[in-house]
Amino acid sequence: MGEMEELRKEADNLKDQITEARKVVQDTTLQEAVAGTTLVGRVQLKTRKTLRGHLAKIYAMHWGTDTNCSKLCVSASQDGKLIVWDTLTTNKVSAIPLKSSWVMTCAYAPSGNMVACGGLDNMCSIYNLKGKDGNVKVMRELAAHTGYLSCCRFLSDSEIITSSGDCTCVLWDIETGTEKTIFAGHLGDCMSLAVSPDFKMFISGACDFTAKLWDIREASCRQTFSGHESDINAIGFFPNGNAVITGSDDATCKLYDLRADQELITYQDSGIMCGVTSLAPSLSGRLLLAGYDDFNVNIWDMLKAERVGVLAGHDNRVSCIGVSSDGMACCTGSWDSFLKIWN
Amino acid sequence: MAQTNSYRQSSNGVADESPNMLVYRKMEDVIAHMQDETNGIPVRTVKSFLSKIPSVFSGKIHFFIVTVKRLEALHLGTLMAAHGYFFPISDHVLTLKDDGTFYRFQTPYFWPSNCWEPENTDYAVYLCKRTMQNKARLELADYEAESLARLQRAFARKWEFIFMQAEAQAKVDKKRDKIERKILDSQERAFWDVHRPVPGCVNTTEADIKKSSRMKQPHKTRKSVYGLQNDIQSHSPAHTPAPEVKEPTEEEIRDQIQHWQAQLDRHRLKMSKVAESLLSYTGQYVEYDPFFTSPEPSNPWISDDITVWELETSKEPGQQRVKRWGFGINEVLKDPVGREQFLKFLESEFSSENLRFWLAVQEVKKRPIREVPTRVQEIWQEFLAPGAPSAINVDSKSYDKTTQNVKDPGRYAFEDAQEHIYKLMKSDSYSRFLRSTFYQELLQAKKKVNNCTYHCSNNPSRTG
Repeated sequence: MGEMEELRKEADNLKDQITEARKVVQDTTLQEAVAGTTLVGRVQLKTRKTLRGHLAKIYAMHWGTDTNCSKLCVSASQDGKLIVWDTLTTNKVSAIPLKSSWVMTCAYAPSGNMVACGGLDNMCSIYNLKGKDGNVKVMRELAAHTGYLSCCRFLSDSEIITSSGDCTCVLWDIETGTEKTIFAGHLGDCMSLAVSPDFKMFISGACDFTAKLWDIREASCRQTFSGHESDINAIGFFPNGNAVITGSDDATCKLYDLRADQELITYQDSGIMCGVTSLAPSLSGRLLLAGYDDFNVNIWDMLKAERVGVLAGHDNRVSCIGVSSDGMACCTGSWDSFLKIWN
Repeated sequence: MAQTNSYRQSSNGVADESPNMLVYRKMEDVIAHMQDETNGIPVRTVKSFLSKIPSVFSGKIHFFIVTVKRLEALHLGTLMAAHGYFFPISDHVLTLKDDGTFYRFQTPYFWPSNCWEPENTDYAVYLCKRTMQNKARLELADYEAESLARLQRAFARKWEFIFMQAEAQAKVDKKRDKIERKILDSQERAFWDVHRPVPGCVNTTEADIKKSSRMKQPHKTRKSVYGLQNDIQSHSPAHTPAPEVKEPTEEEIRDQIQHWQAQLDRHRLKMSKVAESLLSYTGQYVEYDPFFTSPEPSNPWISDDITVWELETSKEPGQQRVKRWGFGINEVLKDPVGREQFLKFLESEFSSENLRFWLAVQEVKKRPIREVPTRVQEIWQEFLAPGAPSAINVDSKSYDKTTQNVKDPGRYAFEDAQEHIYKLMKSDSYSRFLRSTFYQELLQAKKKVNNCTYHCSNNPSRTG
């Protein structure tokens, strides 16, 4: 018993020292440093397209990144379907029926050849979009998680990373369908993950209120960031790959810098009561678009931490959001069963 | 509004409250302000046509305007109405309008923070008792009549029991004071408007299935409004009991200590440097951000013209694109045309082996695992083996490590060597590329990539 006490004391002591070490580099705050910068002008985006076709709540969407599909995206809904959309024409490129309708996440492979999804079935199912006979079929079912699949992101056509309600994230080899690496350390359900622009690291946000940075190859947790007062539902990288953005049920978003190893700023407003469900930075990183449970998307000036716009077009919670890889459009998905394209 | 909520957490940082609860607490703070005796909204009895309307306040939301802007006030107010904290006295649809409509506060008994999950048997009792009362204002709306019919079919066997309960409730209601009844009836109706909303309205009690499967303390849920026991259980797959969170083991704490020690030993960059880097990054890329700078010739979603994408996939890079390659080596490496041009330049200098190695290693990382060993051998032979045709210069440490890795080849066999070559390219080849006439001419759009003269630019068919 005594030893456990000792160990716990040691761990707490180290955490205190880290807090002190972080203070040492605080020669200024982000707010002070950008005091001379002008606030971005009011941002007014319009709905350019509405994607209709799902019959129930949409839980996730993801843009394709390959230049041949920069206008394609995939969405997942509780109606048990994955739909690949041509967002420009609003046509459905593929409508994939799922075995389990309790889907929570979907992802588009960078190559454009595959999509993946998962949810309460605890599995990540990979679908080949470019099958020989034109039919979209399940290619692999990655099963090993003991909790729901909250998020998944492809590294390539051969590897995918998943996050789960079992508090772990896993790197899989798609071809063999096996777990390559298990990333354990979170003390609560992992809700979301994002891969760094150089594909060497990824970040995860969890219900233990922390975000963790993982080194994919070394299979270790490099850094842990705390400060949120409730579950982190959404996470993303700042475009330069050196900072992390998180969104939480505490109705705030935060920006953490990897090199300074600490929080830079919080995006909050007394008029916002509902939790953040999803987020995406604009291409330059100057704007942060975040979806909330109060049916709106709020647009923030990331440097000045002030709201500069609102997207109010959905009749129910905004559950997912994404900015296309060339930054031209933002897509929102909602419990109202519609996806909207804005710019 | 000061946030005085304390989020109760157990020792490992997991909250006892659901995400909806967090929102309810904030709303209840606002309600408290609204109901404050001195500074709150005036609640009064209003004289209407033949009677009095007790205990209402007007929708003119001056109160909110003090704290937030008008549109936001409406949005926030509608949100609070939709969750059932106050309601319009003459409408089932729970929104807030900035007009003369009257609203009433909901009684705390019915607040959503009491974890209500009323059963259909209760709803049946409620609708049934409404039909027993001869008041025009209590007549069932169409959707309620349909619901009642459906419930009668579903509970056919126990309808007698439900009817008796409804009768008993109606009797109790009759005994109340007239004014009190008006108020209570409306509050009860508003409660059901939240839990059985008008078709087309959002049910604000719905929870994200990711969260509901973690919901603790199911015994806190209040299921029955009228004291009925219901044997029909809800079978939602989301309602599986959450596993108890266990205390960390000794090994886990040791791991944590190791992790914290490593994090403590990290080098930290000064905040001023970080701020500077963020400012310069956003400043540099703002001209490439379509939310700030309109893309040339137009944004396809606005104009329905996809020229901008066609230019992107064509082999001819525009000036703006070429300029971006100068921002950092990653920009030229991630753009396929950039890679091509960089390679072309290096080949002209007979120094392309570094880039070719880097590209080959990137490629092998994406291959299916069964193809990896062969590819690794090929790369080794081409670039690193003694007498390799495209020999690259790697530091001895990386070379030794790579030699070992190649014996048991995996995707990351060349990781160390690739790191070294990347740094070399960054400081050497890439800087030369940016300074070269080759790049400068592209930047000034003097030279056309496909060796066509300037006059060819309007010719759709390309030569060369």
